Amino acid sequence: MGLTKGATGRGAVDKEAAPLEPQERLVALAGNPNVGKSTVFNALTGLHQHTGNWPGKTVATAQGTFRAGEHRCRLVDVPGTYSLLTHSAEEEVARDFICFSGPEAVVAVCDATCLQRGLGLVLQILETGRRVVVCVNLMDEARRRHLTLDLPLLEKRLGVPVVAATARQKGSLAPLKEALSATLSAPAGTRPAPVTYPAAVESAVSRLTPLLQPVAAGTVTARWLALRLLEGDTPLADRLTPELHSAVAGERERLAEQGVTAEDLRDSLVAAVDDTAGQLCRGVVRRGEAAPDRRDRRVDRLVTGRRWGYPLMLLLLAFVLWLTMVGANSLSDGLSAALFWVEDRLTDLFVALHAPDWLHGALVLGAYRMLASVVAVMLPPMAIFFPLFTLLEDVGYLPRVAYNLDRPFARCGACGKQALTMCMGFGCNAAGVVGCRIIDSPRERMLAILTNSFVPCNGRFPTLITVISLFFIGTAAGASALWAACLLTGLILLGVAATLLVTRLLSATLLRGTPSFFTLELPPYRLPQFGQVLVRSVLDRTLFVLGRAAAVAAPAGLLIWLLANVTVGDGSLLQHAAGWLDPLGRLMGMDGVILLAFILGLPANEVVLPLVLMMYSAGGVLPGAGHTGDLLGVLTAGGWTPLTAVCTLLFCLFHWPCSTTLLTVRRETGSLRWATLAALLPTLLGMGLCMLLTAAVRLVT
Amino acid sequence: MNTIPLCELRPGQCAIVWQLNTVGRMRRRLLDLGLTPGTPVCCVGVSPGGDPAAYGIRQAVIAIRRADSATVRVQPIEEGDTHGTDQRGHRPGCGG
Repeated sequence: MGLTKGATGRGAVDKEAAPLEPQERLVALAGNPNVGKSTVFNALTGLHQHTGNWPGKTVATAQGTFRAGEHRCRLVDVPGTYSLLTHSAEEEVARDFICFSGPEAVVAVCDATCLQRGLGLVLQILETGRRVVVCVNLMDEARRRHLTLDLPLLEKRLGVPVVAATARQKGSLAPLKEALSATLSAPAGTRPAPVTYPAAVESAVSRLTPLLQPVAAGTVTARWLALRLLEGDTPLADRLTPELHSAVAGERERLAEQGVTAEDLRDSLVAAVDDTAGQLCRGVVRRGEAAPDRRDRRVDRLVTGRRWGYPLMLLLLAFVLWLTMVGANSLSDGLSAALFWVEDRLTDLFVALHAPDWLHGALVLGAYRMLASVVAVMLPPMAIFFPLFTLLEDVGYLPRVAYNLDRPFARCGACGKQALTMCMGFGCNAAGVVGCRIIDSPRERMLAILTNSFVPCNGRFPTLITVISLFFIGTAAGASALWAACLLTGLILLGVAATLLVTRLLSATLLRGTPSFFTLELPPYRLPQFGQVLVRSVLDRTLFVLGRAAAVAAPAGLLIWLLANVTVGDGSLLQHAAGWLDPLGRLMGMDGVILLAFILGLPANEVVLPLVLMMYSAGGVLPGAGHTGDLLGVLTAGGWTPLTAVCTLLFCLFHWPCSTTLLTVRRETGSLRWATLAALLPTLLGMGLCMLLTAAVRLVT
Repeated sequence: MNTIPLCELRPGQCAIVWQLNTVGRMRRRLLDLGLTPGTPVCCVGVSPGGDPAAYGIRQAVIAIRRADSATVRVQPIEEGDTHGTDQRGHRPGCGG
């Protein structure tokens, strides 16, 4: 879920690493997906960075600093990966960082309950020549499952520090810091190769190593490079001189003559790492293989079962939306009362200063009132929906959603992980688009990127909620909030249906292909860290929304006030612009004002509804206190009918994504054309639906 | 040797990995996940859509699509050694 400041703010678009300060030591944090790596990261750095409970959570590398002994460390959280032999875009990020960004040490986090698999990665990292500190996390989980681990023995066998940790508990990472400090202080020596491969491979490696020494210098070991080249790693091979190229090709031929094909070679490399990891574990882990946790399996039989899997998903969604609506309603009233009290005080101030009327109009009635209404109407639903959703994620439910929905997505030529990126889209479409990196196949990743904005993001939820409450409920309270939640759930299902349909269409036309493979880890259910979720999500989200509201809403409010008060010819500029858009708006069941608001809302969807209200009100001034009764009055005076409301809902659901999302699509796909398509697809669908509906209704009545 | 494709394991049934009949990235992925020959694997459930299914591999639960698990030959372990209840019975026709 990318609903933290870093993933939804400007960081989602542009996440460049800050330059390393002179005394800082670069340390990478690596590990399998879902071993509590992000928890370790948070505990070490204290930085605001969201912890996920599904594989492939860290989509962009997060960074933070901390002290280990006398060393100031810059810690980089690299994406979770099962191995350094790459599959997906984000696994490549992990490998490239560990191998070629020159970290001085790597903290490798392992899951104590699944040690052998983690050690496979540790061995691969050791092979690159990096200094490694192994952090065996989730020791509490291991105890719960009656696993005992002899970590001193493992440390002796590996030859690098191995420390136990339960990163969720305070102070549990002190040994890790000590070990890291000692490792950073010790001179970088050479260690014996951690894994021994079959004889034929070893002799090929030993012939290549001296040749590769100059190329590898300063980055990885020549041995690691030789192994990857023998396997046929094309991106690496492309960096070689022709002589080295032919040397590698020669060795590969020689291996083939000895009966070791490329496929055999890869197998034997993986098998050797796995065997070594197995031998390391022997005697270290007491109690052998056992079936995964029984309590988890019982829960899974319910939430991923044939009978209850889908209904439970729907119920949960509706429940979260209901809670959001009920909670937002009261919060919204309180906020708007407070903010308009502030406005009155501002007006008093302007009066006291004898400020001219136009200045008071532009700044207080324009900019401030717009800002206040965005905060009052838009913030509460976000502040409630987001932590609720994060809790679901923290528990480990969201990967189950992907598991349940893989079948429908596969039918449409896509991947179940698209369900995960779709869920991220509920928070923020820009974060969802970045999240698509967890998808292995480039084709399926593109499908997920292009269709991400078909689900409403947090910035659009409040508009949907308000319009539904105003036109189809009366006032959102008590039992009627339940009905509103059902309507909203229906709208979201429409968005999901559109996602599937457009995915299907794209995979039959522009992005033709067959579904590739799909593997997804279903992590153990974990008790969510309530306090952390609440504090982090509410604070980060609240601060972010306030920042964005100030950046967009206030200038937009000012602009609208000016447009409404500058007269050219027979009307204000606002009337001219809205009048020009009006015919198209009418065709879509709305009007020029609503279309203009959607266009001006490009930088942030949060401002669309307040803009509409402001433009309807006389002189570009929002109505006083933002009570629902007044809003309905303004809208109906503006000519809104239930049809207008439905078309606005549809167009809110299906129109161009915000500019942040579009920029993100451009960056992620590297092409303006795909970004254009990402804007055109939902817009055309929304326009088509609105026009069809309007024509149908007008035909009938 | 009595081997079947992994996809034919019923929920609750366990087996030992015998052989991987796939190449390229999928093979790599399965090996990375720990599906190496000799590893015990248990089917722990099937998703509501009927595909993919979830397998317990080395303490972790991994979902794999039928098309992919069909390429893994496994040797079933004695009946009665079940960890979950058998809900769905034999799932024929997954190839492999």
